[in-house]
Amino acid sequence: MTKETTQQVNFRVFRFNADEDYLPYYQNYNMEVTSKEVILDILNKIRDQDSSFSYSRNCSLSSCEDCAVKINGRPTLACKESVKAMIELFGSELTIEPLSKKRAIRDMIIDKSDFLEKYDSIKPYNISNGNEYLKESNEMQELSEIDSCVTCGVCYYSCPVVEVNEDFLGPAAFVKAYYFETGVRDETHRQRIEDLHREKEGLWDCVKCYECAEVCPSGVDPIGKMTKLHNMLYKEGDATSSVATSHIANIKDSIGKHGILAQLGSLSNLSATMKMYKKGKTAKPWSVPASGNLDEIQKLIESSSTSKF
Amino acid sequence: MKKLKYALFTGCTAKQSTPEQMMSTLAVAKKLNIELIELTEASCCGASHLQDYDDFLSLVLNARNIAYAEKHELTMVTICNTCQLNTAMTKYRLDNDEELKAKVNEKLLEVGLEYKGTSMVTHFLYAIIDDVGLDKIKEMVVKPLSQFNIAPFYGCHNIRPSELQNTTHKTSQNPYNPTSLDDLIIACGGKNVDYEQKNKCCGFHAELQAPKTASILAGTAIAGATDGNADWMVTPCPLCHIKLDTQMAESSKAVGRDLKLPVLHMQQMIGLALGCKTSELGLNHHVSEVNFI
Repeated sequence: MTKETTQQVNFRVFRFNADEDYLPYYQNYNMEVTSKEVILDILNKIRDQDSSFSYSRNCSLSSCEDCAVKINGRPTLACKESVKAMIELFGSELTIEPLSKKRAIRDMIIDKSDFLEKYDSIKPYNISNGNEYLKESNEMQELSEIDSCVTCGVCYYSCPVVEVNEDFLGPAAFVKAYYFETGVRDETHRQRIEDLHREKEGLWDCVKCYECAEVCPSGVDPIGKMTKLHNMLYKEGDATSSVATSHIANIKDSIGKHGILAQLGSLSNLSATMKMYKKGKTAKPWSVPASGNLDEIQKLIESSSTSKF
Repeated sequence: MKKLKYALFTGCTAKQSTPEQMMSTLAVAKKLNIELIELTEASCCGASHLQDYDDFLSLVLNARNIAYAEKHELTMVTICNTCQLNTAMTKYRLDNDEELKAKVNEKLLEVGLEYKGTSMVTHFLYAIIDDVGLDKIKEMVVKPLSQFNIAPFYGCHNIRPSELQNTTHKTSQNPYNPTSLDDLIIACGGKNVDYEQKNKCCGFHAELQAPKTASILAGTAIAGATDGNADWMVTPCPLCHIKLDTQMAESSKAVGRDLKLPVLHMQQMIGLALGCKTSELGLNHHVSEVNFI
């Protein structure tokens, strides 16, 4: 067994009471921590020192969403995260904040209604007429990976698109939609797929930052599931006539013609494209250099394509 | 110094939209005695969108690119974060799934190629840090950038997902507090600016379908660097560069600030410190003008 060690750490803790405070502030708690403690132990200790400090906790087994917080900007479940690991990552000055500062009600407690409403909107439950279906084992494996999602909202409140576009459904809802869309039991199929396709709300607005894959405390890989939902939209012919789908069509066409992309100037933004052109930044679309052995690329597109527009 | 040799996957952007990045890569490689064999046969990596349309096709095309690096028996070096992510992700999946690898190789065999898994795929930033070494860079600096506050902008596909990214280089990075680019700025004699958005998203990959989202993200990043007193920003990703450099007006409008900050490629920064001629670094190709030289 590894020996228990102790260390002095300064915790800079977000404080805010929506009923009393005009602005949030940070309070410092300097304390000795042991190498065996998790962040939730620290929250408990702060509470012991200061009864006005608010946070939520429940299972302490990383099986529920209650204790999610951010440590130096990194969202996590407090009951799971070792203090030692955080010191190794960030040093002995640790900042503890709620998952979303702008939705704070009291200290670590936030109003999650935006997350929960969007999550509910994709109908995160099985809808069937009571028919029985057999599940294949490979399907079970994938579904059980998603089953480990505890709807903690960590991916949702780490998503930069959610931060700037209040209509975006966010990673957790997409993951759950995929769960039911890919499973054999649910019988409403088309309905959810159409919801996922909507502009501003749907999948296409993802910026591909991989924040959700990085933060998920349950290893669900939300963006990986979103890729599979995208694949599903194409396979079933739902991915039609949006800016995003025509962009992908252009990418594929260009790879087929030149091996590389013909133009990366922003065609929807003529003014930016003109500025780039003036600075010699956009190559002329009529003189794109082709990849060597282009015939191989064309042959592979022909033989390996699994989707159709 | 022993001559280092890599297979260079330029990606589409360096060829088509950021000629200055291509020039400065070659200029810096020459200074550092690095030989780059350009993979002229390579195709686009799928630009982080092709896999949404057709995951298998994306794997096959990326595996073909890596197969060419393997033919040269060289590590593949990328100079675009998105190329790095898509290529390294392909390698990771094929190296960990024999069945998938066999399926992909069945297709590659039709054009006389094979993916073996023998070549590493690493970003030029980490080739410099791991193989050249920051001490060597420090030693070679002839024009230290000591008068500049430089804001590093890492780009998502350089640091996330860390489980994958940290298999592609020796210098392990914490995506919530990456240091590689900061360390490079310091090695070049500059002062690194610490600001909240250094590891955040520039919005590039959503700019066609969600221009407002993209511009707010880019604008917030430039504003963060400006408030940190940066004289300029530096990035290892040409896509981040395009978003930040060429759409300063849109970013300004989105966040209600008058933003104006040069955004250099990592290679241009190294080139300046190592004494490359400015004409070799293509500083005239920037939309947000580089006015400090």
